[in-house]
Amino acid sequence: MNHKLTITLLTALLLTSGCTAVKPWERGNLASDVMSWQGDALKASLDNHVYFSKEGSSGGGQAAGGGCGCN
Amino acid sequence: MRVLAALFLALIMNNVSALEVGDKVPDFRLPLLTQQGQAGLSSFKGKVVYVDFWASWCGPCRKSLPALNTLRKELKGKGFEVVAINLDEDVKDARAFLKEFPVAYPTLYDGTGKTPELFGVRGMPTSYLIDRQGKLQAVHQGFKPSDITGIRAQVMSLLAK
Repeated sequence: MNHKLTITLLTALLLTSGCTAVKPWERGNLASDVMSWQGDALKASLDNHVYFSKEGSSGGGQAAGGGCGCN
Repeated sequence: MRVLAALFLALIMNNVSALEVGDKVPDFRLPLLTQQGQAGLSSFKGKVVYVDFWASWCGPCRKSLPALNTLRKELKGKGFEVVAINLDEDVKDARAFLKEFPVAYPTLYDGTGKTPELFGVRGMPTSYLIDRQGKLQAVHQGFKPSDITGIRAQVMSLLAK
């Protein structure tokens, strides 16, 4: 039997024992405010607006963009 | 080798056996949130029951609980009951939420996750409409205020049966 494959599978098995699916009802902590990337949605959107207008020529927050400055 | 592969598959696949429409809903018993005692599905035998899974951190639940409270107030006399099952990790959060959004229908608490597992809850909130015979008639995922019209119509048709 292919020993390498067995060892790979066994290792994978060991690793998967560390996987847990977070159930929909276990998302209380994830839904908490402190878990969001931006604390204040309004401030974030204002910041983004300024950022986009300043960095428009390079595509704003995205990699796409032709550099026409018309973003 | 095959056993290993099967084990591996079983571990990575998280298969949930969910209730399906037409199934007989199994009974459950849970402690009440706001008072002493327990209640379960069998406590509301012969009624059209709307089982609503919710949590204090769930955004749409701020809309659904008051809306369901109004609907239940209207149709209680005809044999309709709402049973809300809270799934918060900390029961204190649930009680604080109910102080802010008080409801007249029974609220139960399940901190173990057994009941949502039994029902196969896939999102918050999820609700299950059960007819007078104890059979599952509809599953409702999520909630927006306009949903209540459809829910009301479903409940009315089940009450008429």
